[in-house]
Amino acid sequence: MAYITCRDITLRYESLVVQEHLSFSVEKGDYLCIVGENGSGKSTLMKCLLGLKTVDAGTLTLGDGLKRNEIGYLPQQSQIQRSFPASVREVVLSGCLNGGFFHPFYTKADKARAAEQMECLNITALADRCYRELSGGQQQRVLLARALCATKKLLLLDEPLTGLDPLVATELYAILRHIHEEHGITIIMVTHDVECAVRHAKSILHIGKQESFFGSCAEYENSAVGKRFLGENITPEHCSNCERHPHKHAHAHGKEAAE
Amino acid sequence: MNDLSAILTPEYVSVILLPALIAGIAVSLCSSLLGVSLVLKRCSMIGDGLSHVGYGTLCIAIAMGWAPMKVTVPVVIAAAYILLRLSESSRLGGDTAIALFSTSALALGIFASSKANLTTDVSHYMFGSILAMTRSDVIFSVILSVCVLLVYLLFYDKIFAVTFDENFARATGLNVRFYNLLIAVLTAVTVVLGMMMMGALLISSLMIFPAVTAMRLCKRFRAVVLTAVAVSVSCFLLGLLFSLWFDTAVGASVILVNLAFFLLSSLVSCIFRRKGDRSAK
Repeated sequence: MAYITCRDITLRYESLVVQEHLSFSVEKGDYLCIVGENGSGKSTLMKCLLGLKTVDAGTLTLGDGLKRNEIGYLPQQSQIQRSFPASVREVVLSGCLNGGFFHPFYTKADKARAAEQMECLNITALADRCYRELSGGQQQRVLLARALCATKKLLLLDEPLTGLDPLVATELYAILRHIHEEHGITIIMVTHDVECAVRHAKSILHIGKQESFFGSCAEYENSAVGKRFLGENITPEHCSNCERHPHKHAHAHGKEAAE
Repeated sequence: MNDLSAILTPEYVSVILLPALIAGIAVSLCSSLLGVSLVLKRCSMIGDGLSHVGYGTLCIAIAMGWAPMKVTVPVVIAAAYILLRLSESSRLGGDTAIALFSTSALALGIFASSKANLTTDVSHYMFGSILAMTRSDVIFSVILSVCVLLVYLLFYDKIFAVTFDENFARATGLNVRFYNLLIAVLTAVTVVLGMMMMGALLISSLMIFPAVTAMRLCKRFRAVVLTAVAVSVSCFLLGLLFSLWFDTAVGASVILVNLAFFLLSSLVSCIFRRKGDRSAK
């Protein structure tokens, strides 16, 4: 059975139905990117997956031994966090609070787990630094370490690349690949960057206002919606971190020049 | 200026000053701890709103001849719950809802007390009267403060998580609503206790000032909390000393000392930042 199975779900944003009859599943070992235009219900879907919201119709079931509190989450950063006085160690440790039964303080095992994740993401040297003084890329790594403290199975990322420069974004993709391949963690990521999604993920869920798509990356690239979306999204900014589709870039530029 | 040695007779110290000191330190501790969370969660308005509700309730309790503290604490706790709900889901928006709710409660209280001709007794609670607290008031506030402190310590890590990132905490299965309610209840208790000492007008600044001062100086959450506590207690002691010396209102003196600490800390952090910038270049 899959980690997450969604069957025929309806997503609602306030009173507006944004998505109907959506079905997909996430298996253990999957690397799924959720793409789609603004307002198509990506963040609403994320909230449902995290259990912060319930789906309006259809079923969303967790399986394969995955429990609700075993999902790690990398949220979009809020304004509060950018000015919050906390050390890196304090932030990472706060990922260890989902232990199940009540412990008033962090246990030795929690502290060891936090240290291990900081080592893995190469931020041990920053442990006593102040979170708000770090660069955007470093902050993302700290939040990633916190999310990894909360899970050994499934990681959900909500637009982790917003506001990062291309070099740091590439680095983050490499880190994600590492924890996906070496630590066997299943990844679900919401992103705007379709080009990179196709390049790094194993499967794609495209949710759109008219049509939706769920399948492997290769299938997506050959599908009508995928072709349209990939074509539309090619801009010079994307070239810097995605070298894989030079022909498409050339094509897009050529078209522009012709016009 | 008063001659302190003339005021501080052994009898005055043991009957009035010592109880006031104990209660004052206990409440300063609680208010600074909770202030850090309130300021960081951007809801310092809740402290202010609760003090309005508390004052209104006190007025009604006195007009009715009920024991003021024992009525006010549960009512303000209930109000904390309602205010939290209002700020969570309201068509008016959090701030507006809080202002409407708390000023209405205040007006109701003042209405009741003016009907019963109690305006002079009640104004005690507007500005506080720590040196006029009865023995049972002192015992009651110390017991409640110890409870607040214990609960805060026990849930310290969760309070940090909920303050730093509510969404993450909720996603990983922490009962965020419960912890928010816990913070609101602890705030409610502290506000009522502080109102006896500092007065309804000043209690919210007793919560906010030490937290903001500490945030200027420290970079870690634990350091911020500990510094806020230290600042709060020392400001209270200095303010009390000041008020005895110059014969001024205790609450106002404490807040002014807090203001001085805040300005000093701003200056210090400004100098350090400039130094840091220069060395970075």
